[in-house]
Amino acid sequence: MSSVADCGGGGGAGRARSGAVALLLLGVLAACERERRVYREVPPGATAFPAVQTGELQAGPPTADPTAGAYQENRWAVSQGQILFTQFNCAGCHSAGGGGGMGPPLNDPEWIYGSDPENIFATVVEGRPNGMPSFRGRIGNAQVWQLVAYVRTLGGLTAKDTWPARADAMDEVGPEPDPMPRGAL
Amino acid sequence: MVTIEDALTEQPLDPGEREKLERTWQPCPGFRGWLTSVDHKSVGKRYVATAFLFFLLGGLEASAIRLQLARPENRLLDPDQYNQIFTMHGTTMMFLFGVPVVLASATYLIPLMVGTRNISYPRLNAFGYWVYLIGGLFLYSGFILNTGPDSGWFSYVPLAGPEYSPGKRMDVWAQTVTFTEIAAIIAGIELIVTILKQRAPGMSLHRMPLYVWAILVTSFVVLFAMPSVALASQMLAFDRLVGTHFFNPAEGGDPFLWQHLFWFFGHPEVYIMFLPAAGFASEIIPVFARRKMFGHTAVVLALVATGFISFGLWVHHMFATGLPQLSQSFFTAASLMIAIPSGVQVFCWIATLWAGRPRFDTPLLFVLGFIALFVLGGITGVMVGSVPFDQQVHDTYFVVAHLHYVQVGAFVFPLFAAFYFWFPKVTGRMLSERAGKWNFWLFFLGVNITFFPMHFLGMMGMTRRIYTYLPETGWGDLNLLATAGAMLIAASVVVFLGNIAWSLRRGGLAGENPWDAHTLEWATSSPPPPYNFTHLPVVEGLYPVWERSAERPVVTGLSAERREILVTTVLDAEPDSRHENPGPSIWPLLSALPVGVTFIGGIFTPWAFVIGPALMLPALIGWGWPQAIPPDDRSIEEVAA
Amino acid sequence: MSAADPAGPQADRIWDLGLLFITLGSVVYAVVIGFLLYALWQGGRRVESVGGPAVEHGLTQWVAGAIVVTTVLLLGLLVANLAVGRATAEFAQPGALTIRVTGHQWWWEIEYADPEPSRRVVTANEIHIPVGRQVRVEVSSRDVIHSFWVPNLHGKLDLTPGYRASTVLRADRPGVYHGRCAEFCGLQHARMDFRVIAESPGRFAAWYEGQLRPGRAPATTLEQQGQQVFLSRGCVLCHTVRGSAAGSRVGPDLTHLASRGTIAAGTLPNTRGHLAGWVLDPQSIKPGVLMPPNQLAANELRALLAYLQSLN
Repeated sequence: MSSVADCGGGGGAGRARSGAVALLLLGVLAACERERRVYREVPPGATAFPAVQTGELQAGPPTADPTAGAYQENRWAVSQGQILFTQFNCAGCHSAGGGGGMGPPLNDPEWIYGSDPENIFATVVEGRPNGMPSFRGRIGNAQVWQLVAYVRTLGGLTAKDTWPARADAMDEVGPEPDPMPRGAL
Repeated sequence: MVTIEDALTEQPLDPGEREKLERTWQPCPGFRGWLTSVDHKSVGKRYVATAFLFFLLGGLEASAIRLQLARPENRLLDPDQYNQIFTMHGTTMMFLFGVPVVLASATYLIPLMVGTRNISYPRLNAFGYWVYLIGGLFLYSGFILNTGPDSGWFSYVPLAGPEYSPGKRMDVWAQTVTFTEIAAIIAGIELIVTILKQRAPGMSLHRMPLYVWAILVTSFVVLFAMPSVALASQMLAFDRLVGTHFFNPAEGGDPFLWQHLFWFFGHPEVYIMFLPAAGFASEIIPVFARRKMFGHTAVVLALVATGFISFGLWVHHMFATGLPQLSQSFFTAASLMIAIPSGVQVFCWIATLWAGRPRFDTPLLFVLGFIALFVLGGITGVMVGSVPFDQQVHDTYFVVAHLHYVQVGAFVFPLFAAFYFWFPKVTGRMLSERAGKWNFWLFFLGVNITFFPMHFLGMMGMTRRIYTYLPETGWGDLNLLATAGAMLIAASVVVFLGNIAWSLRRGGLAGENPWDAHTLEWATSSPPPPYNFTHLPVVEGLYPVWERSAERPVVTGLSAERREILVTTVLDAEPDSRHENPGPSIWPLLSALPVGVTFIGGIFTPWAFVIGPALMLPALIGWGWPQAIPPDDRSIEEVAA
Repeated sequence: MSAADPAGPQADRIWDLGLLFITLGSVVYAVVIGFLLYALWQGGRRVESVGGPAVEHGLTQWVAGAIVVTTVLLLGLLVANLAVGRATAEFAQPGALTIRVTGHQWWWEIEYADPEPSRRVVTANEIHIPVGRQVRVEVSSRDVIHSFWVPNLHGKLDLTPGYRASTVLRADRPGVYHGRCAEFCGLQHARMDFRVIAESPGRFAAWYEGQLRPGRAPATTLEQQGQQVFLSRGCVLCHTVRGSAAGSRVGPDLTHLASRGTIAAGTLPNTRGHLAGWVLDPQSIKPGVLMPPNQLAANELRALLAYLQSLN
């Protein structure tokens, strides 16, 4: 640059800056809903199982959608679901990562009983023929919804930035311990 | 023809000369001028103000932490909020306040102290500031939108890994850290070059002020430590976003790798903050003791030694991991060894005061408070450097007490001293002495009441980073005391802010050298003109303002029509060449924005790594666009004064 | 719980070292600050500063002396510290009891690793040890880093996933010693405590034999109903009661729940009321914990509590 103060050519800076800030805010706002963490979804004593809507027709007034925001596409719920998937041994039939085994794979586009959150919820709660057990009363609703959120990411049904990364939990705890205790030279 | 001539003070300056300098160095007018400024003073002021803003935010977070812990089973914050807030407090104070404010104040002071017209790479300097600002705003946007990081400022994997920190929270942290690292490395490079190549003629290495030495060592420490954490934070981002396995033990990755990389930066970081603070003290004490600093050479050696040894301590953050004892012993020895150079500095300061005639103005009070707190923090530091003892107090409030004694006592106190000391130079107005004394005493009492009880809490078993505790533990009363102390600190900061607001309008006029100080920045007007010095000074001793000969030699022959600066030799600071310093430019800002796009967008999509650089390319082309500079055939000639 | 109240050889040694540090540190601090204050006091009375080679020489001697004293003190501390380090790193002697501690978010799995598989005992959050006998604690983790710390017995040891580490403890007097997780491990790091109960070898042996037995079969109708609730509702998915159909190791082993003093990793005393609150709504006590709220009817809850309280 010359030593004469070059004060031209900066007109777009203000616009560029506000544009960048707007983009930034948009991006983080999109992440905002996905970051919400719900610990107490179902207050104790509430009705155990809301009617699951599997079709367009239903009896009674329309029910609120329990799947909105708090679970579907929510990173916290997906992550919890990922932990539960291992702990409840879903992986026993569907394999870790949902590749399928004794049970059908969960990471392909084929859904025998539907891929909507409500369908998967029903599958877990009611069980299905040919081996899917019913977990009614054993897994709390909130946890089922977390599992549903995780299972739907396996099938690639949700936005990519809600997919879980690799699992960090370990099945084994590592090599046998050093016979020398801490502090031995 | 650069010459060194005698300029008696009464000798009228060439008025045309000064006018030309004004015209050459003035920034652009208005808001655009603010965006395009490359003057080290305006960028430095902005940098310091931003860092102080983050200091206030970090302080608010600290208050929230203290209020939550005031009583057992308090329900002010839920665990998720608490984890976010303590993580934000640590991250803010370390990455957005600690290191930046050190480098920002150096950006302002160093060119003045070494007697040059501007910092070495002014556009890069502005770029560094913009990058830092984007990073800080990014972190706080995340925090406001409930996407604040929550795995601690140390972010240990696997807790910070993809499964146990779902969402974008730790990605925000990792990228913020990357931003601040870039800014810090940039500032380090500029400061090294400015110090080594732009010192005023006559300021050979053995005549360099102690603060300049401290910044030189600090900048090298920055250069070697920061890449480690920048690498670590990128590896964490890859683990989280791409699915690599750097830190995944199940696939042969290693959680200890993170700890080593992080602490290899994390411990030098403490010294990045402490060394400049010690430099402040070494500048302020001689001025207020009204005598030369005792043991100048010893202090310089202590600074350099501290910089070296600081890289050999990082494992004392990992004594509880079950490492072999032999390696632990090495790090214990190093941890104890670093107390020696620190001791040398403390003893030299005491000796200077001993033989001087101290006058107790606010800057000296803050420095004395610093010595009192730092010695205590150093002693507890020796304790936690011992493996067995550290295994008991590691990760407890004993360590919280220790680190706040050294961070607040040995860093924030000197910083406040420096603020009171240089505020007149920066603004031309004095800060109120009465408010300053209130500020000091509230702060000093507050820090001791807050952090001293924490030593006992730690030995009573109170672990760090807990959002609440049970009443049976018996920690309630000491915690309440600590919270009361924190409120005193908050009151002190309010007094400080009031003092600044009042003094900016009503403070007494400072004049050129209100404290009768001895370094070069006091040889120009307050605030300094954009070109710093009408004639570049020539240094004749260790204390340039105190040791000026009657002739007052100055440098002449630099062009006033271009932004010329004098480049001198590294060791003896003899005039070497003239260098053209760039003028105002919008390109640093336009280059920093794509960096923001790259790192922030990279959290959401890998395409950001394509889009960002594509946007950056035109900005860099604009930045590097060659200028038609008419050749200048005047050569350097030295004429002895 | 306090590091200043040692009940075992290592904590004892470390606390002696700590006292040495604290005493020396206080003396050094007092001396340095004393010099500083004296310097300020006599400098403040001066009308003009002193200078000259004599003064400089005096100061040089003073500073050099201070540095020599500092260095000597530090070397002394280094020697003391290495001696204590060696002494606390005891080798496990033959006959030591081996306990495996696995950290989970946010509770402790305890396994007594008897060489004979049939004599292995699994419990949670409470470690019983015999007084005077060496205990080798092997630690590991499967999720995040935790840190095992009983201040009255010894320093910390991190539980790092992918690694195993071990330490040796010994309690020299009977008592209940509190332990905590010392490494930040997420939401409920604050409520991840455990207790070490040191008791006489006879009582320990009795306790151990009790733990070896499978869970008590329900004796009354109410307890039988409670077991039915346990096996038909969510409990069985995570918990084990040996001797019944429940055998999952996701959560703590409840085979002898009633013999433990606390529930929820040292958060609550093990009383009927706390147990009821915990079963119904753990999330309000430990928000974020992996145990879900359970919706039970009043009679189901009563039966379940009767069953759980019979598991001694």
